[in-house]
Amino acid sequence: MAAVTSVRAGRVGATKHEIGDRFRGRLFRVYIPVALFTFITLFPFYWMAITSIKSNSELLDHTKNPLFVLQPNLQNYRDLFFKTNFFHWMVNSAVVAFASTTISLVSSILAGYSLARLRYRGATAIGWGVFVTYLVPPTLLFLPMAFIIAQLHLFNNYWALILTYPTFLIPFCTWLLMGYFRGIPRELEEAALVDGASRIQAMVRIVVPLALPGILSAGMFAFTLSWGEFLYALVFMSDTTLKTVPVGVVNELIKGDEFFWGELMAAALLGSVPVALLYSFFVDYFVAGMTAGAVKG
Amino acid sequence: MATVTPRAALTRLAGPRVRLFERETHLGYLLLIPALLLLLVFVAYPFFFGIWLSLSNSQIGQNGHFIGLGNFQFERSDTVFIGAFMNTVSYTAITTVFKLGLGMIMALLLNQVFPAQRFVRAALLLPWIIPSVLSTLAWRWMFDPTFSVVNWVVIHSHFSATGVDWLGKTTSALAALMIVNVWRGTPFYGIAFLAGLQTIPVDLYEAARVDGASRLQQFRVITLPMLRPVLLVVLLLSTILTFADFTLPYVLTNGAPFNSTQVLSTWAFQTGVNGGYIGIGASISLVLFPLLTVIVAGVMLTLRRPE
Repeated sequence: MAAVTSVRAGRVGATKHEIGDRFRGRLFRVYIPVALFTFITLFPFYWMAITSIKSNSELLDHTKNPLFVLQPNLQNYRDLFFKTNFFHWMVNSAVVAFASTTISLVSSILAGYSLARLRYRGATAIGWGVFVTYLVPPTLLFLPMAFIIAQLHLFNNYWALILTYPTFLIPFCTWLLMGYFRGIPRELEEAALVDGASRIQAMVRIVVPLALPGILSAGMFAFTLSWGEFLYALVFMSDTTLKTVPVGVVNELIKGDEFFWGELMAAALLGSVPVALLYSFFVDYFVAGMTAGAVKG
Repeated sequence: MATVTPRAALTRLAGPRVRLFERETHLGYLLLIPALLLLLVFVAYPFFFGIWLSLSNSQIGQNGHFIGLGNFQFERSDTVFIGAFMNTVSYTAITTVFKLGLGMIMALLLNQVFPAQRFVRAALLLPWIIPSVLSTLAWRWMFDPTFSVVNWVVIHSHFSATGVDWLGKTTSALAALMIVNVWRGTPFYGIAFLAGLQTIPVDLYEAARVDGASRLQQFRVITLPMLRPVLLVVLLLSTILTFADFTLPYVLTNGAPFNSTQVLSTWAFQTGVNGGYIGIGASISLVLFPLLTVIVAGVMLTLRRPE
């Protein structure tokens, strides 16, 4: 009896020791590195938030610890809304992002379906042609594009952005959706065709609903990219009430060498909220969309 | 009567099929119209128009005339252009190496089990979601030499008594640019690699363990080859985006100090928009095109499926 207990005690002791070892191993191999990654990733956002609720005097007092705030206040946010056109910029960003996302999604669904599902001469070549537009990013096109926008008399007009954003959204969305469309069994569609549905009906009633997760992913991506776009908006929009958030913040909250950091960080935080919210609700779609091409490729 | 039957039967058989096929052709092209129209008008046309601009002496408000390769010849001896070119290459090359390494570590970590996993995974992707102008502004403020946090840490941990003028010195400004780019770009690599890791069958690792393979060997023989397709897509997209990156360099330093952080995109913008020399600006940004093509071809060749 006594022998048995001692053996048991010994075994329990060994297990405990093992667990301790494994925990220590995981602490250095997993927990601490993960914590480090998370800290470095999130710190700039903490810094935005903490700066945005500091008063100017606290901001410019370098005797205090900058990591904390002593007298939090919302003065920067008040200034942002009552002394600048920040509200206009948010509305402009929303209008432009929403419209260009819609246009891109509709044209990408049609094109993606056509390229993935219909057989005709040149489909593969056109598919690659759409992909090749990745090689001509806005950085390469913005100067000639400015000429074209001028010819169309679209400077300081929402349409300048709504029509040009799809150039980098459509290739991405089309390729993403082609993958999703290919994954839907042909038999489902053929059954509908046999039952007398037209090709368009089969597409709208069967393929599109089944590809909804992909469409959602593509839409979220398109919205995020257009919300953050900077170069075209910087070149095409100079009227203060027509700027988007990124352009307005950089152009009008920085005056020469003077940086209003409190206001700037408040604007950066508020300007991030729409995409952050969207993202927090649909993380999984986001990750799926981002990796769909990668995993299938 | 007897002579007609086989043919008639054939046409009757082939008829509807051919028509169905033709209908598919028409519908196929029809559905492509909106996308192709937008891409032709706003990508193909400006692209070729840009080539013409780069061969002309156009300025803001006036269409210039053809001057052949004059702009490119001018750039060949322009030190700022050469600097911008070198910076673009090193900005892309160095950050890609770091993003690749850190992204792989991030993916391997996220593939482990730990508390608050979903939260951490969502949080780690944030830099990639937030508009780059806004997060870059936060970094610009963090790098502020007198009032901000990076130097506060440097001084209080006694690395240096005065701190570093991160964005004000030619030696550190480009490094600061790269740090921010790595911070923003790593999550994309990490999450994509994670998705790739999760598609690798567990039995492969079990078999390897039975055969006595070490962790490192498993990584080299199983993980890396299985990640090849993911690696291809991620590297392709990321190098294109980094090479043509305008937002981050423009907001963080805009070429300052003394053009030491100038990249092709910011230099094209300064020349074409601020300076008004659209012809020269267009030729600067056009230099990106052959380079991008070479990069893409290179990535595809090195990572193509082994036969």
